[in-house]
Amino acid sequence: MSQSNFDLVVIGSGPGGYVAAIRASQLGMKTAIIERENLGGICLNWGCIPTKALLRSAEMYQQMKHAKKFGLSTGEIGFDLDAIVKRSRNVSKKLTGGVCFLMNKNKITVIEGEAKLTGAGSIEVTSKDGSGVKPVNGKHIIIATGARARTFPGLEPDGQKIWTYREALVPDIMPKSLLVVGSGAIGIEFASFYNALGADVTVVEVMDRVMPVEDEEISKLARKAFEKQGMTIHTNAKVSDLKAGNADVSATITLGDGESSKQQFERVILAVGIAANTENLGLEESGVKVENGAVLIDEFCATSAPNIYAIGDVAGAPALAHKASHEAILCVEKIAGQADVHPLDRNNIPGCTYCTPQVASVGLTEKAALDAGYELKVGRFPYQANGKAIALGETDGMIKTIFDAKTGEMLGAHMIGTEATELIQGYTIGKTLETTEAELMHTIFPHPTLSEMMHESVLEAYERAIHI
Amino acid sequence: MPIPILMPALSPTMETGKLAKWHVKEGDEVKSGDVIAEIETDKAVMEVEAIEEGRIGKLYVPEGDDDVPVNTVIAMVLEDDESAGDIEAPAPATPAATPAAAPQVDTPAPASVPQSQPATTTAQAGDKPSGDRVIASPLAKRLASENNLLLTSITGTGPKGRIVKRDVEQAMSLGGAAPAASTPTTALAASKTAVDISRPTAGLDDKEIFSVYEEGSYEIVPHDNMRRIIADRLTLAKTSIPHFYLSIDCELDELLMARKRMNDAIAADGTRLSVNDFIIKALALALQKVPDANATWTSEGTLKHKRSDVAVAVAVEGGLFTPVIRHADLKTLSEISNEMKDLAHRARSKKLAPHEYQGGTTSISNLGMFDIKQFDAVINPPHASILAVGRGEQRPVVKDGALSVASVMSCTLSCDHRVIDGALGAQLLKAFKTYIEDPVTMLV
Repeated sequence: MSQSNFDLVVIGSGPGGYVAAIRASQLGMKTAIIERENLGGICLNWGCIPTKALLRSAEMYQQMKHAKKFGLSTGEIGFDLDAIVKRSRNVSKKLTGGVCFLMNKNKITVIEGEAKLTGAGSIEVTSKDGSGVKPVNGKHIIIATGARARTFPGLEPDGQKIWTYREALVPDIMPKSLLVVGSGAIGIEFASFYNALGADVTVVEVMDRVMPVEDEEISKLARKAFEKQGMTIHTNAKVSDLKAGNADVSATITLGDGESSKQQFERVILAVGIAANTENLGLEESGVKVENGAVLIDEFCATSAPNIYAIGDVAGAPALAHKASHEAILCVEKIAGQADVHPLDRNNIPGCTYCTPQVASVGLTEKAALDAGYELKVGRFPYQANGKAIALGETDGMIKTIFDAKTGEMLGAHMIGTEATELIQGYTIGKTLETTEAELMHTIFPHPTLSEMMHESVLEAYERAIHI
Repeated sequence: MPIPILMPALSPTMETGKLAKWHVKEGDEVKSGDVIAEIETDKAVMEVEAIEEGRIGKLYVPEGDDDVPVNTVIAMVLEDDESAGDIEAPAPATPAATPAAAPQVDTPAPASVPQSQPATTTAQAGDKPSGDRVIASPLAKRLASENNLLLTSITGTGPKGRIVKRDVEQAMSLGGAAPAASTPTTALAASKTAVDISRPTAGLDDKEIFSVYEEGSYEIVPHDNMRRIIADRLTLAKTSIPHFYLSIDCELDELLMARKRMNDAIAADGTRLSVNDFIIKALALALQKVPDANATWTSEGTLKHKRSDVAVAVAVEGGLFTPVIRHADLKTLSEISNEMKDLAHRARSKKLAPHEYQGGTTSISNLGMFDIKQFDAVINPPHASILAVGRGEQRPVVKDGALSVASVMSCTLSCDHRVIDGALGAQLLKAFKTYIEDPVTMLV
């Protein structure tokens, strides 16, 4: 029996679960991880990573189209959708293999199957191959089961023509027309991908702007860029009555002014948020409280039941891999009784969207900062005034920084443009260290880089920008 | 090949030392075990012994040089057939010096000093609370200076005890942090840097002091290392540790009787128990009984000590030592007595090894032999308490309404309020009193 007794059992092997297992192993815990599908979870298999692979193909395709501008000649430009998807799947496979290697290296027991809590410290794992039910015991249990696409009545995927992210990652055809419902990170990345490869893309967003969690100014710039690329965007709008026919899907789109029309699309992608995977885990029976669709946790990820913890998407928004990984570390270190463990600071979680142009941010938006009663100093610097951006031929976008006028605290930073997702971490470090404008101003930024815009944006907030 | 003798490191934090005395001169024959030199550190004088037979070829460091870096070649020993001409110029100090050639000192190697024991040498700048440097975020520093708050009075809750925004905000909302300065000029200085304002106040500067006294009306005695350490550490203690004091009277008659019987019984062994030995044992047991008071403040968290390691102040010429009786709760009175005699003797001749006076979880300072009735002692960091013991004397006491005479000893416990609150300190002192007044209970 000792083979099934562990110090820690992690349910789910996404970027929350597998990181928790590795940290636990580092801290000397006998650790097991239970996965019902593929190691790495949605992130590696059906999310972050494979979409980045697809987007890379789309990006290169667009670059090739503009080769002439750079003095390059190409033959006829085209793409092979199957090969693009195949590459994306191979990238996932490679990383899943990497997680498998890490589990072995850290001597973590990997158990395949569906887990269910069956009382204090005990779990039943039902194996997929039908070989039965296996008991597993853990002194501590971390629930890291993630989330899935949310559906609404009338907005249900059929897996054929009405897709979620999962089908959208392995398209059977390049649709001539595509309706994307929802303009959050998932919706807008797919919109970018299919638009770049020639689909006629319509995005419908129920809120008043695209990417509604981002700064309003950034949203506006993003919308402008998407429309310039040929997307049709409807905000304050709703989609209803999705019906898949033989060739097309019909959808009713109701605009903000109440005008509604029935339109046909070859494919539809539903990206209207996510729902936590809290079902069939025996949560209620074990005393684990679920509130507003997510497992209720305290600042160190403990649930309402003793020795049961929850991290990542299943424990609530934001549904970000790096948030899950961070919670994994602090949760495990707290379990191990480590000193110097600190709760997650939600203001310091960066967000990245890999549409074209990229969008990245950390901290408060301008509106949120004003609503919170801050007096602000806001700096902006455009890509078109940056030497490196001009050399790259990527002059669309800007970097915006927001400071508390009283204390100089950096409250937020928002970017749109090439490589914004790589740049944001500079500000995230600064913000985590509680930088003020002074330290950022005193920092030397290398030339010529896009990062110089980060410096200039800070300087501009204090009317000291050099290159504008 | 000539064998170099290096300046030894007598403690993990020692960087330089004083070459107090040469016991040999160039040309002297030495054999293994011969004392070559005496090295003075902040608290002790150590002898450097020869480990190889040979002849002293050259002495590189003059006697009295008080700033010799660790691992500097201080002398060269020649083997039989070698002459002074075989000596090459010594290499500059290097940590990679060959261990075989390093001189042996009559203390264990520094490596054997448990790492967990805080060194009693001057605090190093670092991320531990040292009084030298405050770790705070840029925003916290700015908020503190704009609100005229002393960062040193604010407890950090960020990574490794870093003071972050919320800590300053909390201090502001509680109005609890100390104001940075009282005069306008120093308020400006305080806002400049967190490092400056965290320095213990040095008091009047030298110029001001010299101007008060007529030249020739005094002589200047240069500070030795021990004086500097005492000055630094006790200034640190009094400026960074919020002291409070609890006094209690302990009746000694039972203890004195027990002590007499015990001493009669062991007279043949040559051991004689002192009242102080009982005090050491009683305090050690009291710490076990009230373990929450056996603590040390760090910004990371409170260290709750498991052992009762009692340091005892021993006055020596030019200062004092605090050798530590470790596991004093587990030792018998005669073990404590013998160990204390040995440590005190070696302290007075400055022959204590660093590991014998570093660490400890509390201290005792007993001035009873000077007829002091009662006093308040300064806590010896990183301890959180010190017991000041006065003279045991016959005093009139009222018992059940009748006047009688009893031997009474007044004790005052100084406590670090950061980890010991009033009631906790009182519990510790009460437990101590119970052991002293009923010494049989110490034998349980």
